[in-house]
Amino acid sequence: MIIKDKAGQVHLPQTTEPRNAGMPLDLDWVARVQANTSAIERRAASLPARRSVKKAHQAAWLLKALTCIDLTTLAGDDTAGRVARLCAKARQPVREDILEALGMGPITVGAVCVYHDMIAPAAEALAGSGIPIAAVSTGFPAGLSPFHLRVKEIEESVKAGASEIDIVISRRHVLTQDWQALYDEMRAFRAACGDAHVKAILATGELGSLRNVARASLICMMAGADFIKTSTGKESVNATLPVSLVMIRAIRDYEAATGFRIGYKPAGGISKAKDSLVYLSMMKEELGDRWLQPDLFRFGASSLLGDIERQLEHYVTGAYSASYRHAAG
Amino acid sequence: MTIKEIFQSMDYGEAPESAAEAFAWITDNGAQFGQFIDGAFTPPRADFLSRNPANGETLAELSQATSEEVDQAVAAARKAQGKWEKLGGHGRARVLYAIARLLQKHSRLFAVLETLDNGKPIRESRDIDIPLVQRHFYYHAGMAQLMDSELPDAEALGVCGQIIPWNFPLLMLAWKVAPALAMGNTVVLKPAEYTSLTALLFADICRQAGLPKGVLNIITGDGAVGEMIVSHTDINKIAFTGSTAVGRKIRAATAGSGKALTLELGGKSPYIVFDDADLDSAVEGLVDAIWFNQGQVCCAGSRLLVQEGVAESFYTKLKARMAKLRVGSPLDKSIDVGAIVDPVQLKSIESMVAANDEGNLYAAPVELPSEGCFYAPTLITGLSPASKLMQEEIFGPVLVSTTFRTPAEAVSLANNTRYGLAATVWSENVNLALDIAPKLAAGVVWVNATNLFDAAAGFGGVRESGFGREGGWEGLAAYTKPKAKPKALAQTAPNTGKGGLETGALDRTEKLYIGGKQARPDGGYSREIFAKSGKLVSQAPIASRKDIRNAVEAARGAAAWGKTTGHLRAQILYYMAENLEARGSEFARRIDAMKGGKSGMREVEASVKRLFSYAAWADKFDGL
Repeated sequence: MIIKDKAGQVHLPQTTEPRNAGMPLDLDWVARVQANTSAIERRAASLPARRSVKKAHQAAWLLKALTCIDLTTLAGDDTAGRVARLCAKARQPVREDILEALGMGPITVGAVCVYHDMIAPAAEALAGSGIPIAAVSTGFPAGLSPFHLRVKEIEESVKAGASEIDIVISRRHVLTQDWQALYDEMRAFRAACGDAHVKAILATGELGSLRNVARASLICMMAGADFIKTSTGKESVNATLPVSLVMIRAIRDYEAATGFRIGYKPAGGISKAKDSLVYLSMMKEELGDRWLQPDLFRFGASSLLGDIERQLEHYVTGAYSASYRHAAG
Repeated sequence: MTIKEIFQSMDYGEAPESAAEAFAWITDNGAQFGQFIDGAFTPPRADFLSRNPANGETLAELSQATSEEVDQAVAAARKAQGKWEKLGGHGRARVLYAIARLLQKHSRLFAVLETLDNGKPIRESRDIDIPLVQRHFYYHAGMAQLMDSELPDAEALGVCGQIIPWNFPLLMLAWKVAPALAMGNTVVLKPAEYTSLTALLFADICRQAGLPKGVLNIITGDGAVGEMIVSHTDINKIAFTGSTAVGRKIRAATAGSGKALTLELGGKSPYIVFDDADLDSAVEGLVDAIWFNQGQVCCAGSRLLVQEGVAESFYTKLKARMAKLRVGSPLDKSIDVGAIVDPVQLKSIESMVAANDEGNLYAAPVELPSEGCFYAPTLITGLSPASKLMQEEIFGPVLVSTTFRTPAEAVSLANNTRYGLAATVWSENVNLALDIAPKLAAGVVWVNATNLFDAAAGFGGVRESGFGREGGWEGLAAYTKPKAKPKALAQTAPNTGKGGLETGALDRTEKLYIGGKQARPDGGYSREIFAKSGKLVSQAPIASRKDIRNAVEAARGAAAWGKTTGHLRAQILYYMAENLEARGSEFARRIDAMKGGKSGMREVEASVKRLFSYAAWADKFDGL
């Protein structure tokens, strides 16, 4: 089934791309992986200054960023009402008059991302919109509940209507270099997802080194991940440019070796419109234009949308905009 | 394009930096500039044009300095020097600090003007050149402040003639002017004729900073003006950055003139990628090495050496990266590679590449602007060390490459060059990197990085890349001399005498000592050495060119000495002292005979002490 939203957009990777079949665990490749921290930090530091997107281009890019947002609420006090409000915002993320002024038809965010128990209210609120529901799973955020329950959680979430599952890997497998265990775990999660597509959250802030990030990225892709994602948003350090660089270079190498395009999702800490432009230009530079679509790129963010709306209104009116001029999510 | 269309295409669009302020500055100055001499501009003439290489437009009309003007500039510098030096470290520090502050306040004006005049991308002038210029003035304001306490035995050289190139116009000015002024020198500086504008703006800034008249003089013109500076008899020091060919001429012209000289010349710097490197990062490093400033960088990593096992995948990654480089209007904020400085330079790059028929050429598939001086980033693989392009500096965005098998081969290929400015090593193995780096003949070696500069890090070359350092404490040596006035040595003439061996004495044959062996002179001649009394002391061998060559080869072949431990070198020096002392009376007798008098034993004792001193230091600096 191909799911389209109102703008005729297709969100899910498996609908436009051959789905990652994975490959046998190649430990030689894993051992070869290098990531020079200072060089990566330099590249990350110079990237924002190397590309600048202005005026109409900036507005268009911000709209693109908006369509790549996994609009997220992952809080202990989430309720059906709260989720319904978020879903309403997902359906209409930008004020209609602003979209009209920009000459754009209706657009939506990339997906709504919630905990398992919020899938049902989300499904109800999003009915007919074509916006996919992503559910965090496998004992999110620590991933330390019994393995069979983590697998079961995926199955339950898929059954409840989630078409995207954001799993968390066992960080301990990376920290103890138990690559086989990491591979097996990811394989099992992928299998449990069935047709739902799976994003592997590496929790990069807890992996200790960029080289570990690179190796964990590769192994998750070898084990069939459709997307790799930086963070749960609950670690003390979430998405950063250096970590992103390492992960998207791993995606590039994996595509060169297997032909499969894997998606990327930075999550946590991206709250400014300007940051989203930097991320888009990094994807364009390091991976190519194909990765500028929501089927291969998502932001895991909650407050980013508000800043983008304000910047869009600034483009339209020439005046800086207050947050209360835009509908709450 | 509508927003809807851009939403689909996701192009960057244009992001031009405004040049309005820079043009306003040019216009306010009548778009015509004279020489900056003794704190004021001379009446301008329209002798030559400053052009924007990105579109060929004329920016301003400039004056070619006459020999009278050069004389005036030198005289102004001479007149100002004493007072400037006597102002003291703190007084000079205050002025240099004001210059640094003004450079910050006008940073964008400098950056835009530099980009207009030189063609380099605004990102580079804005984020690299101008911040480094500011950094050099801050750093050397500090050096002026510290001079009295940290360099109590040093004083200024006097008047410095400085000739700088067009690739980093204001940065090269800063490298030369900041240390010279900090140490109490005064300056006559000539910017390159292609790129004089930021130097003239800098002159303007210096007036605002309260720099006394005559301390800095800027004269414009081509190489003929440079020659006038080099040959001027009232200049104490020449500092030049530019080509090896011109540097060689300057060295010949200043030889024997008493002028101090430092030269920062060309390069063909190796960029070595080992098979255990982070290849993506090494590719990105090349962007900074050879596509920085359109490759017009003396220390550009222009000679890529890749280990065979990873060469193919490295080239594939590199080509993919090259295809993403954006070439175009230097004022666009999203441009990686701007304009070549002048049509003459563009032609030189084109003809060098056209003359090469070896290897495989890959030109980045980028769209070049229809007008202006642009050249696509280029990679030529499969060259051999014998290829001309592997030996000669192209000074453009052209990277040449070959492969190597072993670390030893990497070192030998890297060092197979007349130049020795910089080198880059990429490896994740710290042992390998630390083994390779000191073996490279280069003034600076970067490990897992490239083209990193700071005012605190001395920069300069070996071999035909020049001598002298710019930046850091060592850079100050180029602009100071010891305060102590050396006492002239008493003239001594060889003793004369006649006659041969004393009757009954047994002949002794003195030989040369080369490569650990006693050697007869190749020429087969000896000369007599007489005592003060006129008696024959001995016959000394006369070394020929060949003996000298043999001695130099022996010294070159003894490179293993540098790898011995300090502990071993200390022992050997102590042991020399021990042996000298054991035969001390014999040495003393001979010295006394040759010199006359009775000072021989004192000289032997002083030598033993000196050997002890160096033995003592030898194991305190192990590894240096």
